[in-house]
Amino acid sequence: MRYAVIDSWVVAKRDLIHWLREPVRVFANLAYPVISVLIFGLVFGSAMNVFGGGEYIEFLLPGMFGQTIAFGVGTTLMMVSMDADRGVTDRFRASPMSQTGVVAGRSIADLVNSSLELLVLALCGLVIGWSFHDGLLNALLAFALFLWLRFALVWVGIYLGLLVKPEAAQASWMFLFPLTMFANTFVSPELMPGWLRAVSEWNPLSSTVAAARELFGNPGVGGDSWAAQHSLLLAVLWPAVFVAVFWPLSVLKYRNLSR
Amino acid sequence: MGHAVLAEGLRKRFDKKAALDGFDLAVPAGTVCGLLGPNGAGKTTAVRILATLLRLDGGHAEVAGFDVAREASQVRRQVALNGQQSTVDDVLTGKENLVMWGRLYHLSKRQASVRADELLEQFGLTDAADKRAKQYSGGMRRRLDLASSFIQRPSVLFLDEPTTGLDPRNRGEVWREVKRVVAEGTTVLLTTQYLDEADQLADQIVVLDTGRVAAQGTPDQLKSKLGGDRIEVVVRTADELPVVRDVLGRDAEVDPDGFRVSAAVTDRVAALTRVTSALAAKGVEAEDIALRRPTLDEVFLAITGHKAVDTSGVRA
Repeated sequence: MRYAVIDSWVVAKRDLIHWLREPVRVFANLAYPVISVLIFGLVFGSAMNVFGGGEYIEFLLPGMFGQTIAFGVGTTLMMVSMDADRGVTDRFRASPMSQTGVVAGRSIADLVNSSLELLVLALCGLVIGWSFHDGLLNALLAFALFLWLRFALVWVGIYLGLLVKPEAAQASWMFLFPLTMFANTFVSPELMPGWLRAVSEWNPLSSTVAAARELFGNPGVGGDSWAAQHSLLLAVLWPAVFVAVFWPLSVLKYRNLSR
Repeated sequence: MGHAVLAEGLRKRFDKKAALDGFDLAVPAGTVCGLLGPNGAGKTTAVRILATLLRLDGGHAEVAGFDVAREASQVRRQVALNGQQSTVDDVLTGKENLVMWGRLYHLSKRQASVRADELLEQFGLTDAADKRAKQYSGGMRRRLDLASSFIQRPSVLFLDEPTTGLDPRNRGEVWREVKRVVAEGTTVLLTTQYLDEADQLADQIVVLDTGRVAAQGTPDQLKSKLGGDRIEVVVRTADELPVVRDVLGRDAEVDPDGFRVSAAVTDRVAALTRVTSALAAKGVEAEDIALRRPTLDEVFLAITGHKAVDTSGVRA
């Protein structure tokens, strides 16, 4: 058990050193959400309506947090598939290190990375007019929900990363992009055509974003659907479902890795 | 302990295809065993099973005295695996790479650092210790990768195609390191497509073909299976080929494109003297006369019926 902790930390440290030494990658990761906030907030913002009223920038920021978190699955996937492809995973598996250390290290590194991204985005948002209105505790709770979703997505990323080659992992954002848009991230589902509206309302990302809007006191909360009215519950449950499904799948895949 | 690696009737199927189909292997402790075979022969599958990375479907295997199926974690404490690709982390320095592996082999921070310095010294990387691995040459990276396998002085080292993609000088460096660790008592199971590599390093060669052992023995034994030494005469013009064939005897093989005639001989030196004087008497001035043992390439071809060359055309 003690070794599981040490091993996790050693693996996490490797990834964190990568980010420190290759700041270009960190900037590239941060640039996209920051630029998006500016484009959506300042360029499209005046033309956007929030269903039920309210400032678009206030509506936008929780959505941006959500998209950044969802994109994180791409990072996990990429790192995991690269390690597997380069034989690093095999070396880990053939060594006496604790087998949970590999994946736990991955989670730690990814959560640190995502926390940093959220922080930068939040600061950026505060500068251009977003804020939270229901106290710091609720705001922190909202961020905790995002990180809970991120933690769940680590397992999705590990499973998929063990399944695909790095080339395929690189293309993952093509799928992630629409998945983060068919949600309540940028536009209220109420303004979408019927079928898409249902998809968007039930998108797990929407639950976390809606719950965060509620906790931040930002506009765009509510809606007729059951999913929209129970966003806080779903924001806790959806990630739990992901963990329950993908944790065992990842462990199984990791043990039987045979490529 | 006797055998460091022992496998009996190993079977492994992927979908419908048998990757290993009753594979046997016995490697005495402290020796190098070369596992040879074309792509898809089952070499990597065998290594992955023995390194506890893959579950076997049938048979029995012991590494360093432990059962790979039932005592996998004990096996992992005794072995090191060096795969086809480099697992060196480019962003970390040479020393950081080794310290990381030291920590994963559960050395304390201080022990890991001391061990890293020792290994850097042994593998001739002390000067590059604090450089990022990205700046290393191909041979240096391979050495660093090898060094990381030696954190705990493994009793068995699996080397899966250790010099694929290296230039001759770097290959020589890797070979030297392998010989050194064997001298220190490690048993090595080496897979390779390069026949000269097995020839250089291995005490014993096992030729795998479609998941089973097609032949085994020392490199010399395998070569002598093919009938031993040959004499080879190269001439300057095609007209001289029939003359040389008469001198070498009825079994001589003529290669008209290479202006070359060769034949099996029993007594090397006597044959050389006889052929040289006979050619001189007939007035044939040979371009080259050589005695040689068959290459492992030829052995391989004779044993399996196909060449040890993969589709990418990489050749020993």
